[in-house]
Amino acid sequence: MIQHLPILQVIIPLLAAPICFILKEARLVRWFVLIANVMAFVISIMLLQQVNLHGTLVYSLGGWEAPVGIEYRIDELNAYLLILVTSISTITLMAAGKSLTKEIPESKITYFYIAYMLCLTGLLGIVTTGDAFNVFVFLEISSLASYTMIAMGNDRRSLWASYQYLIMGTIGATFILIGIGLMYMMTGTLNMYDLAERLPEVEHTKTVFTAFAFFLVGVCLKLALFPLHLWLPNAYAYAPSIATVFLAATATKVAIYVLLRFIFSVYGFEFSFSHLPLTEILVSLGLLGVIAASIVAIYQTNIKRLFAYSSVSQIGYMILGIGIGSKTGLTATMLHLFNHALMKSAIFLALAGVVYRVGSVNIKAFAGLGKQMPWTMAAIVVGGLSLIGVPLTVGFVSKWYLVLALLESNWWPIAVLVMIGSLLAIAYIWRLVEVAYFKPALQNNQSYKEAPLAILIPAWIFVIANIYFGIDTSFTVGVSEKTAELLFGGAR
Amino acid sequence: MTQDLLMQWIIILPLLAIPGILLFHKKPNLREAVTLIIGGLLLIAVVAFYQGFDAGEAPYVHWWELLPGLDIAFRAEPLGVLFSLVAGSLWLVTSVYAIGYMRGHGEANQTRFYVCFAIAICGVIGLAFADNLFTLFVFYEVLTLSTYPLVTHAGTDKAKQGGRVYLSILLTTSILFFLLAIIGTWHEAGTLTFTAGGVFDDATSKTVTAVLLVLFIFGIGKAAVMPFHRWLPAAMVAPTPVSALLHAVAVVKAGVFTILKVCVYVFGIDLLADLAVTDWLLYLATASVLLASLVAMRQDNLKKRLAYSTVGQLGYITIGALLATQAGVLGGAMHIVAHAFGKITLFFCAGAIMVAAHKTEISDMRGLGKTMPITMIAFFIGSMSIIGLPPASGMWSKWYLFMGTLEADQLAVMIVLMISSLLNIAYLLPIPMRAFFDGKGSVVSIQRNQIKEAPWPSLLALSITAIMTIVFFFWPHVFYGLAESLAGVAGGTNG
Repeated sequence: MIQHLPILQVIIPLLAAPICFILKEARLVRWFVLIANVMAFVISIMLLQQVNLHGTLVYSLGGWEAPVGIEYRIDELNAYLLILVTSISTITLMAAGKSLTKEIPESKITYFYIAYMLCLTGLLGIVTTGDAFNVFVFLEISSLASYTMIAMGNDRRSLWASYQYLIMGTIGATFILIGIGLMYMMTGTLNMYDLAERLPEVEHTKTVFTAFAFFLVGVCLKLALFPLHLWLPNAYAYAPSIATVFLAATATKVAIYVLLRFIFSVYGFEFSFSHLPLTEILVSLGLLGVIAASIVAIYQTNIKRLFAYSSVSQIGYMILGIGIGSKTGLTATMLHLFNHALMKSAIFLALAGVVYRVGSVNIKAFAGLGKQMPWTMAAIVVGGLSLIGVPLTVGFVSKWYLVLALLESNWWPIAVLVMIGSLLAIAYIWRLVEVAYFKPALQNNQSYKEAPLAILIPAWIFVIANIYFGIDTSFTVGVSEKTAELLFGGAR
Repeated sequence: MTQDLLMQWIIILPLLAIPGILLFHKKPNLREAVTLIIGGLLLIAVVAFYQGFDAGEAPYVHWWELLPGLDIAFRAEPLGVLFSLVAGSLWLVTSVYAIGYMRGHGEANQTRFYVCFAIAICGVIGLAFADNLFTLFVFYEVLTLSTYPLVTHAGTDKAKQGGRVYLSILLTTSILFFLLAIIGTWHEAGTLTFTAGGVFDDATSKTVTAVLLVLFIFGIGKAAVMPFHRWLPAAMVAPTPVSALLHAVAVVKAGVFTILKVCVYVFGIDLLADLAVTDWLLYLATASVLLASLVAMRQDNLKKRLAYSTVGQLGYITIGALLATQAGVLGGAMHIVAHAFGKITLFFCAGAIMVAAHKTEISDMRGLGKTMPITMIAFFIGSMSIIGLPPASGMWSKWYLFMGTLEADQLAVMIVLMISSLLNIAYLLPIPMRAFFDGKGSVVSIQRNQIKEAPWPSLLALSITAIMTIVFFFWPHVFYGLAESLAGVAGGTNG
């Protein structure tokens, strides 16, 4: 049993999806999906324990050894991400039952859950697998599932958003596939571990450079690095709220994992940062993303779009951390990966509560909500403070490491720009705060009640996590430093 | 109770008022009673704490470690004890005053008001006892965020506008410069703990420390060094008790307190005296004093005039710190106390006039002395303290500040300080003078029958602070003792 954990992690959600189809009845499906998620969560915890006990786990699919069969490899980085994805997915699902009834036609709810489980399967698969082509397959599974989820939004524009994402996502996936194909051509292997061993022999060939470039661009499209982010704001804004929470918190994070894995483990630090101007590219794009997306966010009237742009800017911070190319920088990225997932889950879940009661996330609809829905709005405010990076929230911890990393490299001006990014975050958060707390409610919506507990409790779990991990940082910082160490030590 | 435990109680005590305030939100009398009781307890606690501290105990409490080497920890040292005494005693007085004012003015949302007030006081006390820059920064931001709802209390467009300026300047400076300076200090020195004589060793490059000093001075926006002073006049839209406690005492003093603390315990005055940039910052602060005084002359709105006067007076304390001499530090620390009591009296009076006579413009206040004699006498005493005339406590701090300028050979600064004192006379004294001697044909004399003194709680509060101002002239020993030991710590390294 124990040695089969890596595959169980993926197979359980995968099998759960068709079973939902058999169960049909929405309420049954809901509980079933939740149970499957909890199981996935428990498995991810057991996996982390195993990794801590025995080091990297290697699992050969179907008993076929590596060069022939597909191999799953789990080290600390994977285990950490698995926990992140499964825990967030589970807590988000707790709110799904209530939230979906308002946003999706009754008949489609079962299909939504199926898409959700498939998306989860894809994400977990990307993280567990040690095979480059397998990454592409799972990436497509998760992407197709997310196009479906986005298209189910009750706004007509969600179809358009989904289509947009489909086009962009497919271009990205094609680039990734071309990259992987070229790597296979040069080395004759798809196993990441083998790739890492064989690539140095051919690392000066143009083909390998091309492969890397294609792969990089494809992944950056998936993780919505500025200026390849165009699909993201619409997708987040018009998707059903639960899908937004799930995608915002996990999908981009997993894409960043892929980036890290290939930059550091497969190609190696030496190749990525010495032979290519990766530092310049990532730092400049990251910074541009932080500043530009924050500025755009300030002018949004749809609050979900506002926070979607904020996601783009936060991704900028993570990329910036990678671009610094130092251990501290990477620690900052890993921290922000985790912390940003917590912030955005809290905020988007609270917004799901607003959608449930008010039916709109236009900024005008927030007038007076500070009084009418105090707990919901408080969740958004705490999440917002965390985005800004106020001390005692998780946002502060990752910002601290990021700035420290910049100062270690003596990049003072960039540190100033990062701080300016925080200020822009204040600007867009405070617009919302002012409307919610200091504007009287409109005539016709005097009587909104607090969001239902089924949504409020999951949201507040994330809010408390935001504060808890901002105060007791030993777990997050410990794991981040260890994984940064691991990536730099080179799995090659 | 041990001093360690007592110190933690002092920090937490204001927060304990919150459940009570929320519980009795429908019963104003009980609600205010909670504030008063906790305020009274806090006063007793800080006084007891001071006595223990005076007897030679130096408590240290470590709460938890946020990141490796980055602690939330508290330690009592002279300046912090001094600041906690000021804040602790003035909270009680202000609460008494606020009861009169808020009810007299019929303000809404009073529960939110008292809750935020309590959080702000907790922020001040935590800041006063902070053992390292990080802890200080945390409470600095707590103070900013908890006072924002107080500034925007009225909820009008004007209040929101003021709140926006308030928040944006304070957060901008603190995140852009202050936090960067803190991380920079951590990077250079490897520690953030306040250490007598400074944390930087000789190997640290002078350029880096100079940059950090500039970042600190601008980053501590609460000290309102020009050009980052705009938030202070903007925040005057707040109800007067808020202006009084937060903008004459807690918030602005938290700023200059931090500057003094950074100068003495992070840089050390020896290093400060070595840096060329110190002189430039000193001249900037001096210019800030002069300009603020000039602007204050032109304000007809009483609270605005007092606000600009505060900007000027804060400059005195910044100057005291940047002079990098023992007398300067001593004078700066003394001025925290003197200005607190003097300025709070003036604000109390402004609020009393607003509640009782509904006057906000100085030109309408002629002849008010006959109908509101107690208020106007208190105003007179407060003005004398700000100007630095005996028998008010402001004299002592100015005395030592002048000595500091002489010690540091900064004659130009001294001359500016003198001119500024003259300007203080010009913009403060005419107000009580005209109130008493120039009443003929004024608006007030026509309305004489409708105007009475302010509600008694307000009157009581402003009388207490006015009397304290005089008391501290004759018995400045407590504060002088603390300020002197701070100066001793500061000068410890150069003998």
